[in-house]
Amino acid sequence: MTAAPQTPSNAGAAEAAARFAAGAPADVRYAVIDGPAGRLVAARTGRGLARLAYEDDNGGLDAILDVLAARLSPRILEAPAQLDDVRRELDEYFDHRRRAFDVVIDWSLVSPFGRKILRATAAIPFGETRTYSQVAAAAGSPKGSRAAGNALGANPVPIIVPCHRVLRSGGGLGGYTGGLQRKQLLLRTEGVLPDELG
Amino acid sequence: MIPFQRFLDAHRDDVWRFSVAAVGREDADDVFQETFLAALRAWPKLRSSENLKAWVLTIAANKATDHHRARARGPIPAERPPEQPFDDPPPSDDGLWAGVRELPPKQRAAITLRYAADLDYAAIGIALDCSADAARRSAFEGLRTLRRKEAA
Repeated sequence: MTAAPQTPSNAGAAEAAARFAAGAPADVRYAVIDGPAGRLVAARTGRGLARLAYEDDNGGLDAILDVLAARLSPRILEAPAQLDDVRRELDEYFDHRRRAFDVVIDWSLVSPFGRKILRATAAIPFGETRTYSQVAAAAGSPKGSRAAGNALGANPVPIIVPCHRVLRSGGGLGGYTGGLQRKQLLLRTEGVLPDELG
Repeated sequence: MIPFQRFLDAHRDDVWRFSVAAVGREDADDVFQETFLAALRAWPKLRSSENLKAWVLTIAANKATDHHRARARGPIPAERPPEQPFDDPPPSDDGLWAGVRELPPKQRAAITLRYAADLDYAAIGIALDCSADAARRSAFEGLRTLRRKEAA
């Protein structure tokens, strides 16, 4: 009696899947980018970079992708080569070879008010800081410093839109989407805070 | 709907095994790529309650059938240009699967879905648009033919 045919090996499946993901017409393409600030999940649509998420501070990769699936499109694939420009610009920034980002932003995940605040934030030059109320005023809402703080906390593309350059008026650091240690790291990178001793 | 990447990660092995068994190692990638492309196109419209494994293997079974049909009516291969070195045929490492590919379409599909992709007969019935019993019968008839051929 002949046995039934044996299950073929899965050798080659992972490569075939990676080939598919790299070339398929997805709505959202993402990559995990490692660097001095930890692991970042970068995701772009046809319009631009929609998300740069600190992986550990947003519940991990799956949780980040679930939000993108719900809010942008579930047609999401991992396509590292499609995020090469973001990876390169971040490398240059942390390597002190870049002071401003050229990556185009997709603002789909941001409310109209948030866009005003984040555009005002994007105009703060490298190495400088502003207070929450200054950013609110620059965005045309002089009394909206609390709302500005909320909009900055919801910044979907930290580092690229430099919400770390916004501090409390008393000189305190305020909050940060990736945790205060990362805010300090970014401000040190820009020479705003002195390098740690030792 | 879950992110497509998670669906791809979860089912790539089954679709790959099915493709290798259904059309052979050399053409497996074509069936694999076409299957997931069709799945991606349909993705936003899909109901999340569907059995995703049965769904994607149904697509794969259709792609494999298209592939067999194209093969059957394909152009007669042109004569090999004389300057090209003569290649040995690729080693047939897939034993029984080459025999499975010679079976009638329904038997071939039932056996491949059952033994390469580990789908149960209820799901195979859905994929082949027949009852679970009919799917089981197709697989058994196919296996009987294979045995007869091997004994001959």
